[in-house]
Amino acid sequence: MSVTTRLGRPGLRLSLGVAGAAVAWVALYWVNEPFWTWLVGEAAGLDLESRLGSGVWFFFYDTIKIALLLTGIIFVVTVLRSFMSVERTRALLGGKREGVGNVLAALLGIVTPFCSCSAVPAFIGFVAAGVPLGVTMSSLIASPLINEVAIALLLGLFGPGPTLLYVAAGVSIAIVAGWVIGRLRLERWVEPFVFETRLRGQVIDSTAHLTWPDRVQLGIDEVGTILRKIWPYLLVGIGLGAVIHGWAPENFFATYAGRDNPFAVLIAVVVGVPLYSNAAGVLPLVDALHDKGLPMGTLLAFMMATVALSLPEMILLRRVLKPKLIATFVAVVAAGIIAVGYLFNAVLPV
Amino acid sequence: MHIKVLGPGCANCVNLEKNTRAALASLGMEASVEKVTDYADIAGYGIMRTPGLVVDEQVVLSGRVAKPAEIAQLLAGR
Repeated sequence: MSVTTRLGRPGLRLSLGVAGAAVAWVALYWVNEPFWTWLVGEAAGLDLESRLGSGVWFFFYDTIKIALLLTGIIFVVTVLRSFMSVERTRALLGGKREGVGNVLAALLGIVTPFCSCSAVPAFIGFVAAGVPLGVTMSSLIASPLINEVAIALLLGLFGPGPTLLYVAAGVSIAIVAGWVIGRLRLERWVEPFVFETRLRGQVIDSTAHLTWPDRVQLGIDEVGTILRKIWPYLLVGIGLGAVIHGWAPENFFATYAGRDNPFAVLIAVVVGVPLYSNAAGVLPLVDALHDKGLPMGTLLAFMMATVALSLPEMILLRRVLKPKLIATFVAVVAAGIIAVGYLFNAVLPV
Repeated sequence: MHIKVLGPGCANCVNLEKNTRAALASLGMEASVEKVTDYADIAGYGIMRTPGLVVDEQVVLSGRVAKPAEIAQLLAGR
């Protein structure tokens, strides 16, 4: 039985719609660069080698490219994620020992649909159900660090190599940091009500009975939600990137934060931690700085510090964690990020 | 009928409450709609991904914003 007969007539229309959107997506992605080169260079008559010309070109080309990548990847990931749920993740983690549990939690943190406003209920739900604190932390660290937005942008801007490195580094940090927090036995620094929360055993699986049209609709909704949420960050990031791209003196950043400065990674992380942004805001900036000769390890460390640790997230977590545990969490994760930054700078060519 | 919308106050929870009220209006039903924002209470219902919808103390939806038509179906069945 073929897929279309099984899906029936609405299913056929749905498949054709998705296929048509995919073709349009590829076509747009393909004409993006020649189009802006033509519009800025020929139609508007700007010199693409000049500061203004290259800045303007970069801004428009990058905005469209990133918007396309985000739309495509968020849609695909959301549809795939509709087969996964926080409930299923917790069921998979239940009864796992530390170690194995940390590895599993970090990996599941990538595919589990979390959002920052759900971090606290998910934390309570995990811990109250008996998932160890360190294992819960692994999941909580992996989730914002490695997500579809970060992966879409890294792929588009840097290609598969750095993307894979980033994902591997993010998973490692989540595993090790969660394991360390578990070893430190910090349960006394969790707000007591978390352990006292009684789960009324009527968990429903939020994604169990969805049909294909439901899943596609979820994907479309999620693209809208995320783009609405991140576009200001994106525009600021790309705008700053365009300014750096066109105007910053060639050696300015490389001189002060380049390979020769042993403190560069440390400074990048210290600057990145309090900054609140998501991958969409940081990556265009990272891209422009990379063009200006900053090493990849320093840049990825900056990005990880910005997306994994932020002031608003700490304030949210304060509801369930005492300040000492939040401080430990930040210190352990920041140490991991710094180590990864130096490691990448040491092993990567440029 | 007593309906609770669970969520700390993010955009999704606001939308779910709006859709719930629209569903009630389309069914011509009367119900009290309460917002639950306390994390311990939310987690107590077993909800790990907000928003959640609770009807007469039964969780009927969690983790996504359902359209008014779907909520109407959930409510009509009670």
